[in-house]
Amino acid sequence: MTTTAGPAVKAPTKPISKQRVGDRVFSGSTLAAGSLILAVLAAVAAFLLIQGMPGIVADPETTSILRGQSFWEYVWPLVFGTLWAATIALVMAIPLAIGIALFISHYAPRALATVLGYIIDLLAAVPSVVFGLWGANVLAPASRTAYAWLEQHLGWIPLFAGPASGTGRSILTAGIVLAVMVLPIITAICREVFLQTPVLHEEAALALGATRWEMIRMSVLPFARAGIVSGAMLGLGRALGETMAVAMVLSASGVVTFNLISSNNPSTIAANIALSFPEAYGINVNVLIATGLILFAITLVVNSLARYIVNRRKEFSGAN
Amino acid sequence: MNLKRIGSVAAVALAGALVLSSCAAETPGTTDPVDSGTPGLSGTLVGVGASAQGSAQEAWIAGFQTANEDVNINYSPDGSGAGRDAFRGGGAQFAGTDRAFNDAEIAEDAFGTCVPGTDIIELPAYISPIAIAFNLDGITSLNMSADTIASIFTGAITNWNDPAIAADNAGVTLPDLAIEPIYRADDSGTSENFTDYLASAAPSVWTYEPDGEWPIQVGTAAPQTSGVADALNGNVGTFGYLDASRAGSLGTVAVKVGNDFVPFSPEAAAAIVDASPFAEGRTEFDFAVDIDRDTAESGVYPVVLISYIVACVEYQNKSVVDLVKGYLSYVISEEGQTAAAANAGSAPISADFRAKAEAAIAAIK
Repeated sequence: MTTTAGPAVKAPTKPISKQRVGDRVFSGSTLAAGSLILAVLAAVAAFLLIQGMPGIVADPETTSILRGQSFWEYVWPLVFGTLWAATIALVMAIPLAIGIALFISHYAPRALATVLGYIIDLLAAVPSVVFGLWGANVLAPASRTAYAWLEQHLGWIPLFAGPASGTGRSILTAGIVLAVMVLPIITAICREVFLQTPVLHEEAALALGATRWEMIRMSVLPFARAGIVSGAMLGLGRALGETMAVAMVLSASGVVTFNLISSNNPSTIAANIALSFPEAYGINVNVLIATGLILFAITLVVNSLARYIVNRRKEFSGAN
Repeated sequence: MNLKRIGSVAAVALAGALVLSSCAAETPGTTDPVDSGTPGLSGTLVGVGASAQGSAQEAWIAGFQTANEDVNINYSPDGSGAGRDAFRGGGAQFAGTDRAFNDAEIAEDAFGTCVPGTDIIELPAYISPIAIAFNLDGITSLNMSADTIASIFTGAITNWNDPAIAADNAGVTLPDLAIEPIYRADDSGTSENFTDYLASAAPSVWTYEPDGEWPIQVGTAAPQTSGVADALNGNVGTFGYLDASRAGSLGTVAVKVGNDFVPFSPEAAAAIVDASPFAEGRTEFDFAVDIDRDTAESGVYPVVLISYIVACVEYQNKSVVDLVKGYLSYVISEEGQTAAAANAGSAPISADFRAKAEAAIAAIK
């Protein structure tokens, strides 16, 4: 017994002490990949800080792009526009995405659900420039009459105060385009989370006499709450950083307004960089990079906030 | 006037003699300074500057490189400001810019590409009419004075059936429709030249300084020329300004000059350069044009974009001299200007100005 036990005890320790080449290579490469992403992020942050700092402290009088305003006066409408456009997009996209995802996961026949899932994923593959062209040349002209109607009948609401844009290139149009763009991400994540609802929960709800809607409300949605939030935050990330589509659709003029349908709209940081960079030179480039730094910070804050919400809700979601 | 003319004739004669002698020294038998196929040219030339003349530069580069296979010319359309900076910093052998260097910049004498203390050459080699275009069903042309145009852009005139528009367009049935002005969202030479026109031709209505960035927020902002063209084409009732080559099937405005209404055309656009004096206080080969946008001369179209090519009279790096001479000679040649007109819809420069430009190019050393 002892003679056989000796090697048996030794045997499991041996492979650990003497790692195989494959193990080392694999753990080494994952470590490299993990640190690489940190290094890239740090490099981007360093670039933004170093190049952006001169822009933040730039003299408003000699920096043509600032037009006599301080940097913060210049960047504030852009920050507002970025958040406002993203909010409009998410307000439209989240309910729609949850609806689509629920339909795919719980209502649609399997064949239809698969096809619909593919189509939604396909939306994510459309380049943003195509969305921009569609928004500027199809959606915007088509929404002119709707905006005129809104101004006429709902003009007493500040959101629709007008004057309605004569080209339809308002922040609402930009928000709709953004909503279409973030829809696939949010839908895909919601669908996956909904599908992971424990079948026992669902069956228990149904067995207690719940209708299908009640079952979804009692078991699926609470379970998926954290997933919905993180999906929305990924969508928000895309909406905040979206550049081309907004630059092509939005008629921006650096104002701060909640008016949805006029042709005077706040620009977004990313779109402003895209439009101003080609002719920018000297210190103006630093100012634009500094606005990029602000966007970087906003995205970071938003993502941390999302993480916090997801972690906090996890305990109550029923996921455990 | 007389003195100036005599001076320029003398300059042409002098330069012609110089060209002849230098050509004779280098390549015996070649007497035509505009011959784009100068044998033996090789090397790389770097230019940075205005995107407005980007497609013209493409045409010139294609034409010049076909004739001179060993030559490589890079023009990066990074913008006028970038072009002026690169030229000052010594990073470019020539620059494209939508405005000439101003007196303060020239007084600084900080042109890194050139020998310190020497002059620069500024050639208005790219002249392009800016069309004032609109989208109205069944109307292809309207007459407007500068005051009317400025009033629409400031928002003082808001409807197409406004008496101010109707007064100049007897017989045209104007619709009862709101006007939506379209302006450039990005910093552009088109805006700079157009606001310059408004400021000088309609000073009582347009009280803003000429600027590459559109100064007011009336109407819709659209990015780049193509964005403006799309906004105009897609929406009835719109009114905007854009490079004439992109006006397409849109209706365009005939601008009031003196007592006539002049529609845009390459010839009328080129004529404004000849009708305008060169800026005062400039050196011999600095052809910065003081465009007389308020002119009353018949047959000229004052809403033009002029984009300059800037080069040194004396280069620090002597090896690029022949290249610059060859390239710029091609640019201002009839062949080069025709190529640009075909590719970019620009207005070919007049023979009168070509003679002056040739003299300037011949002086490069």
